[in-house]
Amino acid sequence: MSDLEQKIYDIVVDKTELTRDRLSRDARIKDLEISSLDFVEIVFAVEEEFDIEVPYNANTMDSDFETLGDIIDAVAAEVEKQG
Amino acid sequence: MTRVAITGMGVVSAIGNDVETFRRALHTHAGGLAAPEGMDEVPKGISVVGQVRAFDGLARFGKDRLALLDPFAQYGLAAADEAIAMAGLDFRADPAMAARTACIVGTGGAGISTFQEGFARLYKEGKNRVNPFTVPRAMGNAACSQITMAHGITGPAFAVTSACATANHAIGLGFHMVRSGMVDRAVVGGSDALVNFGNLKAWEALRVVSRDTCRPFSKDRTGMVIGEGAGVFVLERWDDAVARGVPIQAEMIGFGMSADAGDITFPSVEGAARAVQACLDDAGLAPGDVDHINAHGTATTANDATEAKVIRTVFGDRTDAVSVTSTKSFHGHALGAAGGLELVAAVVALQDAYVPPTLNLTELDPACPLDVVTGTGREGAVRVALSNSFAFGGLNAVLAVRRTDAA
Repeated sequence: MSDLEQKIYDIVVDKTELTRDRLSRDARIKDLEISSLDFVEIVFAVEEEFDIEVPYNANTMDSDFETLGDIIDAVAAEVEKQG
Repeated sequence: MTRVAITGMGVVSAIGNDVETFRRALHTHAGGLAAPEGMDEVPKGISVVGQVRAFDGLARFGKDRLALLDPFAQYGLAAADEAIAMAGLDFRADPAMAARTACIVGTGGAGISTFQEGFARLYKEGKNRVNPFTVPRAMGNAACSQITMAHGITGPAFAVTSACATANHAIGLGFHMVRSGMVDRAVVGGSDALVNFGNLKAWEALRVVSRDTCRPFSKDRTGMVIGEGAGVFVLERWDDAVARGVPIQAEMIGFGMSADAGDITFPSVEGAARAVQACLDDAGLAPGDVDHINAHGTATTANDATEAKVIRTVFGDRTDAVSVTSTKSFHGHALGAAGGLELVAAVVALQDAYVPPTLNLTELDPACPLDVVTGTGREGAVRVALSNSFAFGGLNAVLAVRRTDAA
């Protein structure tokens, strides 16, 4: 597991009531029942941590990100692009 | 029951800084959403805004007064000046009337740009002092107080705040005060000045702002567009208006409100439906009496689908007979002023037998099964219209108006 993946899981655990064992690349965001406000906080924390901007819109969240892996890949791509 | 007349209307918005310009924009389908102007930097997540343009505060108020006026107070004052002039009232000439007149003008963001300028001086520019009038400019009652001072209104006066439902709450309160006889007249509405860097950053951070433009009820909508402005009305007893011989713009007939007591941002069908039902009950209306709804219609995924359920819940099998539009597609979401701008649009619908279109709608979202008016709008009599406002924080306020000859 990459550092980036680990850090994102740490952030998700910190901002939600989810336990670490439920988090994996394949975990579906709908199944984790992360609220949209928690998700906004997660994105904010990820942006602060990696000093990037994530093009996330709560209105299109369902079509943009299905699994945690999608988020990890999107962050990795932004780090690559903006870092 | 005492009937209440709207005898004055005033508006400041992205589609016009007076009622006739606003009306013309609705008739010509000329939306006012565009890239922000006059800012050093625009947040990346903001594409267009419903910004007030060509508003010359200096020419309207002069240098001395302007020093004490945050833009939200300027917009509120300008709209009140227009509404009071339309109603043909001179409060200074009649102190007894002035004392029997309420002034209830709310705001969502209050003097946010004044605070922003002060904080930028302190934390960005390293200066040691802020504008000496920061407090009286920025306080939430500044617009309301400035209107009372400008016109000599000396009755009950205060500001209300309930985010996106602010103006509807202010208008509805004034309506009930006139109807109950607590006051003879009321100057009511909402005002907000929101197109500034700090506020746009705050909205960007919440991740609910549209990627392109405001597309209410459209399948491809991606969020709301920030607007600003003011909408102010003069309300008085119907019989007084008739006796004065002043033109009556519309009759105000209902006001309903409720709290979701649910989520701070996500709307509730049940909570909003109670406000719509309360408004119908207050007005003595059956669902079949309503021709048109100026929807809250923010173009967020959550609001529009929820609002469609709200309307279906209350109107049942009468839903398809109600034309629905969201004029936020013209002027953006003016938050504390939204209900004010939208009540002007609802009154225009009554007066002109014309429902303006919801602009930018490419394909109706199946999750919003309503008769949403699109294209070039719709001609046809509108006897009774509702105007919905469902605020963040789950505070809902709905107004009902009737055409002057439709009682």
